[in-house]
Amino acid sequence: MKIYDKLIFELSKPGRKGYELPKTDYAGNALKDIPSNLLRKEAPALPEVTELDVTRHYTNLSNKNFGVDTGFYPLGSCTMKYNPKINEELAAMPGFASLHPLQDEESVQGALELYYNLQQALANIAGLAEFTLNPYAGAHGELTGLMVMRQYHMARGDHKRTRVIVPNSAHGTNPASAMVSGLEVVEVKSRPNGSIDIEDLKPLLDDTIAGIMMTNPNTLGMFETEITEIAKLVHEAGGLLYYDGANLNPMLGKVRPGDMGFDIMHINLHKTFSTPHGGGGPGSGPVGVAEHLRHFLPNPRVVKDAEGRYHVTADSESLGSISTFLGNFGVMMKAYAYILSLGKENIRNVGPMATLNANYIKESLKDDYLLPIEGACKHEFVFDGLKDKSTDVTTLNVAKRLLDYGFHAPTIYFPLLFHESMMIEPTETESLETLDEFIDVMHKVAREARETPEEVKNAPLTTIVRKLDETGAAKNPILTYRAMKEACAK
Amino acid sequence: MSNRYIPHTQVDIDKMLKRIGVSSVDDLYSDIPQEVIFREEYNIPSAMSEIELRRHFQELAGKNRSLTVFAGGGAYDHYSPSTVAHLLQRSEFYTAYTPYQPEISQGTLQYIFEYQSMISELTGMEATNASMYDGATATAEVMFMMVASAKKKNRVLISATVSDRVQNVVKTYAKFHGVDLTVVPEKDGVSDLDAIKKELEAGDVAGVIVPCPNKYGIIEDFTGFADAIHAAKAALAINADPSTLAVLRTPAEWDADVACGDGQSLGMPLQFGGPYLGYISCSKSMLRKMPGRVVGATRDADGKRGYVLTLQAREQHIRREKATSNICSNQSLMALYATIYLALMGPEGMREVNEASAAGAHYLYSRLLETGLFTDPFGKPFLKEFTLHTDLDVAALNRRLLDNGIMGGLDLGNGLVSFAVTEKRTREEIDTLVKLIAEEKK
Amino acid sequence: MSKIVEELRYADSHEWVRLEGDIATVGITDYAQHALGDIVYVDMPEVGDEVTAGEDFGAVESVKAASDLISPVSGEVVEVNEALEDEPGLINQDAFGAWIMKVRVADTAEIDALLDAAAYAKICEE
Repeated sequence: MKIYDKLIFELSKPGRKGYELPKTDYAGNALKDIPSNLLRKEAPALPEVTELDVTRHYTNLSNKNFGVDTGFYPLGSCTMKYNPKINEELAAMPGFASLHPLQDEESVQGALELYYNLQQALANIAGLAEFTLNPYAGAHGELTGLMVMRQYHMARGDHKRTRVIVPNSAHGTNPASAMVSGLEVVEVKSRPNGSIDIEDLKPLLDDTIAGIMMTNPNTLGMFETEITEIAKLVHEAGGLLYYDGANLNPMLGKVRPGDMGFDIMHINLHKTFSTPHGGGGPGSGPVGVAEHLRHFLPNPRVVKDAEGRYHVTADSESLGSISTFLGNFGVMMKAYAYILSLGKENIRNVGPMATLNANYIKESLKDDYLLPIEGACKHEFVFDGLKDKSTDVTTLNVAKRLLDYGFHAPTIYFPLLFHESMMIEPTETESLETLDEFIDVMHKVAREARETPEEVKNAPLTTIVRKLDETGAAKNPILTYRAMKEACAK
Repeated sequence: MSNRYIPHTQVDIDKMLKRIGVSSVDDLYSDIPQEVIFREEYNIPSAMSEIELRRHFQELAGKNRSLTVFAGGGAYDHYSPSTVAHLLQRSEFYTAYTPYQPEISQGTLQYIFEYQSMISELTGMEATNASMYDGATATAEVMFMMVASAKKKNRVLISATVSDRVQNVVKTYAKFHGVDLTVVPEKDGVSDLDAIKKELEAGDVAGVIVPCPNKYGIIEDFTGFADAIHAAKAALAINADPSTLAVLRTPAEWDADVACGDGQSLGMPLQFGGPYLGYISCSKSMLRKMPGRVVGATRDADGKRGYVLTLQAREQHIRREKATSNICSNQSLMALYATIYLALMGPEGMREVNEASAAGAHYLYSRLLETGLFTDPFGKPFLKEFTLHTDLDVAALNRRLLDNGIMGGLDLGNGLVSFAVTEKRTREEIDTLVKLIAEEKK
Repeated sequence: MSKIVEELRYADSHEWVRLEGDIATVGITDYAQHALGDIVYVDMPEVGDEVTAGEDFGAVESVKAASDLISPVSGEVVEVNEALEDEPGLINQDAFGAWIMKVRVADTAEIDALLDAAAYAKICEE
């Protein structure tokens, strides 16, 4: 196969174009009436290419990518489930795509109905009172949720609650979101199985604590069995419980965060509700709250009146706005389609089948990979590298070798609780046959690590590029085509 | 158990349970306290087939109205070549995760590199990140970035001429994070340099945010801004519509340190407010304080060109609470949208888009003034969006326009109405709008 | 085994100090550069900045780690090692040669409170 290595700029030829606009016949040239000191001196050096150039170029680029549609993606904590195609079709419907966000609400009743219905469906699935769909991503949802937490305390005049408890096993986004929302992070220790150490938690619960951020199941895929006790302790101390919805998938059909005692949560629609990750976004991070926090949600809100009409409103007690308009509406459409496709019957099976898949892989591979935590996991679990530590073959090596065999790598070196973490999450959309193929390859890599370790250490061997120089990239950042040309000229 | 998205047959389940060594799937949940197990039925509709689902969405779409749009306010009805949407449906792009494994993500990494290159061409700045959520949150992050760069200063100025929606988000972020944000009042519809200079005197200002074009559509003249702001050891950030930067003086040419804004104007569907993207570009000196993903070019073990996520030590997964930002993704697919759009349009197309939009806008502007119902309160240069004053009841007018399938100008209050015209609007549509408005005279 | 220079003073956050008159030269130790790996960027203070013992004065970054630089002394920065701007890797080559900043210290007694080579070596072993 021919290796395609061009940048779009390198296809450029002056005079080529990939568009056609209608001719206008307005008198004069409006640009010429603008004072020249307000205009740029030179045109931007954008590529000059034809439509076919563009089509081939980006089709070739797409071939350099691995996606869920290409193969199995056992990426822990990322819930890489199948992205249904009907959702893409529906989200592109002109009857929605052409709507201006500031249209009169009378002219967007269908969009608002969809928005409202999704708010309601998520509230029911989460066991909470109310949702906002405005946040754009999981991290944005976290930030918004923590703002709700602070707004609640501030509205009560309780200004000393400026600290939030975060488990030391949490993902870096949790403490970063806390920092951005103006909260100081207090770490609580995790037990070896990743669960929160209640004895370590108790002394932290004073009147400066705004709340606690948790996932459940935790970062190791294990359920926090003492969650009701934790909720009681935190509530008694005047704090609120925040649920990081990154690990919501195995709970569908089994447990609702609100019922466990959580007051605030975010959901990643791009994880649990099947919307595509898009190579890093756009996602959507709706935030749900318990009844007493309803009014603090960000503006604007979508509400339904007694006559069944939908309105865009602003609440005076709201924390403020966190988005230009109503969030990533196109993503919400896909999540809504997914919920309706599953319906109340099938959505119950999502969590159990995701959990079944994870446990099946775990039990099938624990002969070759070190399982630090025994017991039933939920949607994911963590290996601490290969069981045989005599080979020097690292988790990174195994991950890269999987690429040679056509699988995406698991999440690696997270959580930080183990040196060689390898976090595997299969999701419910994968079949037994796919899991068996993955298990076979994992066994094969373990065998290679024993028999031909150099081959594994040199992996990947078959990808289009291998062992990219990340140090060089960070030392002398080349971030644009212009900089690349200048660097080459030197 | 099986449905079209869940493949498990009973035979599969039995086989898997046997391997695991439990007798039922429920056993895998036996560690959960009984009192929190959810036993009710979910209050959502029953499963729909594709036929039913499509019908339901069509019903909902039937309750919306697609209008001839003459409003902007941060979302513009620009044209996008058919090719963009088609290529975006390549599922190798949209079903990929963040490019953590560069060997099998070169497609994503390369288009982000191209995106960064193109946005840098528009802003004239040396570096651009892989994109942010939207223009408003990007502007809020720029506020943090300027505070982080200035080290011990914690005050940021924002001109009142920045879009109110952007201001609102910046205010929320400032309130919670504890940045001292001062809104500097406008003068004659533009940012007031004298008032900014006065605020700078205190010596505690980390940065200043001004817009171009501003919330009235006015192309602001920033002569003297950078000198005054840099003299006070503060940074200048310009919130700019990237589409207009194809013709307007760039943030770099104004000697700004940072540029930010919303990428929706690069042909993205209006889609009722999202997904769009936010962008941040900056000078090299601010690079290490810029939030978000960044892709860099490098070589692989065989000397082949490749792309990687770089400068990751700035990010939250490493810095945790010491990061400047909590962002850990980008609007990747929308960055691809902008990239393909800009590749198709090229420098000539982007100039034509601006020329055609400006021509239509100036035509509408003249025709509206001719009706005698509007006056121009500012008399300043504009491109595709402009604001007029009227004594008409704007809400009533817009309701009548809506009855005729038109989204009229945005009501900014105090008799101010802003109109936007893009290359998609025809002269006939503009004439119809003017005719309907002129009828208000009777 | 990381190198430790006998005549220097050390902070437990892995910075070293050499005092000459009232000028303290500060860098990071060989142990620290080793732990970080290839250093790609050093965020340095500016000349004229006031630094305080125990507070951060900058940061060092490798590809996948970042570490705050904690000042072992208090005073005014009189010089920074500009060579590190273009070649941060100098720290990897010679951590004790590639100093980061020079500080005019207000109170030289601060230095006495720092660890000597033997005490620092003990910390590295742990």
